[in-house]
Amino acid sequence: MNLTDLNKLINSELTTKIKNTNIENNELSIDVKVENLYQVILFLKTDENCKFKQLIDIAAADYPDEEYRFEICYLFLSHENNLRIKIIITFNLDEKIPSITKLYPSANWMEREVFDMYGIKFKNHPDLRRILTDYGFDGHPLRKDFPLTGFKEVRYSEKDKKVIYEKVKLEQDYRKFDFDSPWEGTKYIDEIKNKGKQDG
Amino acid sequence: MVKEKKTMNLNFGPQHPAAHGVLRLILELDGELVEKVDPHIGLLHRGTEKLIEHKTYAQALPYFDRLDYVAPMNQEHAFALATEKLLDIQIPIRAQYLRVIFCEIGRILSHLLNITTQALDVGALTPSLWGFEERETLMTFYERASGSRLHANYFRTGGVHQDVPNNLLVDIGKFCETFPKIIDDLENLLTDNRIFKQRNVQIGIVTKEEALAHSFSGVMLRGSGVAWDLRKSQPYECYKDLDFKVPVGKNGDCYDRYLCRVEEMRESVKIIKQCLKKIPTGPIKTVDGKISPPTRDQLKESMEALIHHFKLFTEGYRVPEGKVYTAVEAPKGEFGVYLISDGSSKPYRCKIRAPGFSHLQAMDYLLKGHMLADVPAVLGSLDIVFGEVDR
Repeated sequence: MNLTDLNKLINSELTTKIKNTNIENNELSIDVKVENLYQVILFLKTDENCKFKQLIDIAAADYPDEEYRFEICYLFLSHENNLRIKIIITFNLDEKIPSITKLYPSANWMEREVFDMYGIKFKNHPDLRRILTDYGFDGHPLRKDFPLTGFKEVRYSEKDKKVIYEKVKLEQDYRKFDFDSPWEGTKYIDEIKNKGKQDG
Repeated sequence: MVKEKKTMNLNFGPQHPAAHGVLRLILELDGELVEKVDPHIGLLHRGTEKLIEHKTYAQALPYFDRLDYVAPMNQEHAFALATEKLLDIQIPIRAQYLRVIFCEIGRILSHLLNITTQALDVGALTPSLWGFEERETLMTFYERASGSRLHANYFRTGGVHQDVPNNLLVDIGKFCETFPKIIDDLENLLTDNRIFKQRNVQIGIVTKEEALAHSFSGVMLRGSGVAWDLRKSQPYECYKDLDFKVPVGKNGDCYDRYLCRVEEMRESVKIIKQCLKKIPTGPIKTVDGKISPPTRDQLKESMEALIHHFKLFTEGYRVPEGKVYTAVEAPKGEFGVYLISDGSSKPYRCKIRAPGFSHLQAMDYLLKGHMLADVPAVLGSLDIVFGEVDR
């Protein structure tokens, strides 16, 4: 089975449950509605021909200007078929995403990380705590509206004889230069090459 | 009278020599039996993914050295492959061989550290002294190629930074001749050692199904009898032209994982030897001036090179829009990068998939019912490095 076969299979088996599929850069990705997510993943895991038994990672992304602000991408791997697949959902913050910890125990920490970094909540998650950030941390650092420097800094106070949290004070703000210019990038070289071929 | 069951909570770490970094384990113990493990991670969290979003692709690359700092170049490799996939470029053959040589050196570096510290955790001091000497030699090779022992920044998009200096490849070849003897010595100390076996055989057993369900990869998966290696199954660079075996364990316990690592070091030596034989001469990075910066000589003579240099080190190269996932077989397992590009010169999102994250997550499952003294043994065989777990 290869990627196009898998694409066909998924399109015929899950027609009503998926939004669309596409193959780009030799990777198959499927757009799914949040309410169908669990069903689709269950199918991919249990179907005789798919056997996506390993969850590789759960990656979220934040698009503040889009209609649906958040996107989660589930990456799966099938050892039997030697294939990878991406399941993508887009949604807004008021929605709760079904947890897939029952299907894949390793989703536990991955979902905790998404919750920690983006504040996305998962339904039926056994233990939705922060995981990477500090105890008592406030905010969700990977959102695009969270500043790179953060809000709090930590230091040992000689006076209080303990570690204290303070508002970030910087001598100089984080500098972001506008280097963007109309530079053609690599496409332009290809064009010249092709032109040369056509002329010759 | 019925004895009331009492459990004790024990705080392991965050500073503990057997924690291999900063790990805090909350252990629930019934006498000496472990009932529940709750690892608290993130004490080394540096926000790598956030930082990368604010840097150009070339500036983002050195952050990967700092993830799994035991085998830095293997991490760089995943990111370089991801950008190359988006840019749709092929790298020269010599660069591919150089990358493979240094990746395999990284694998030996990592396995040497893991095997010897695992032995240290269960009570053997000598292996670590012997192993670290070899690591030092290997890091000199890193230094001679990149200028730095640890944070190499050597793999760049489109190839490697510089060609290797004179005689480096010869010296690596010499090392490959002497190193198998060192592996034999280490094995003499450990493989049949009664204490080492008592501490590792039948400890932390993982079945095939559980290994898959817990997203294990690398040695953790192979130790349980799943013959899966990305270098074989989804070959990248020139791995398909190289002849090597994938060692697979049987019982899925700590001892089998140790044996797998030892065999993998031998295979790595074989791979390096083949590369040294096959490596051609030629360019070491793509000749596309819009991606790889010009040499110093060119800067003095060519206006175009000067412009390219300026643009590459201010704006950086732009990467076409898209979402890709690339993975490499790092020493610890599948290390992947999920890269979202919005067409600008900075990554929109870069999710790093670290193998250690999934492995550490399974601590609870692995340790349930074991003795307290087995905690360091299991932790050691997971091959945890906090740089990559916490990111």
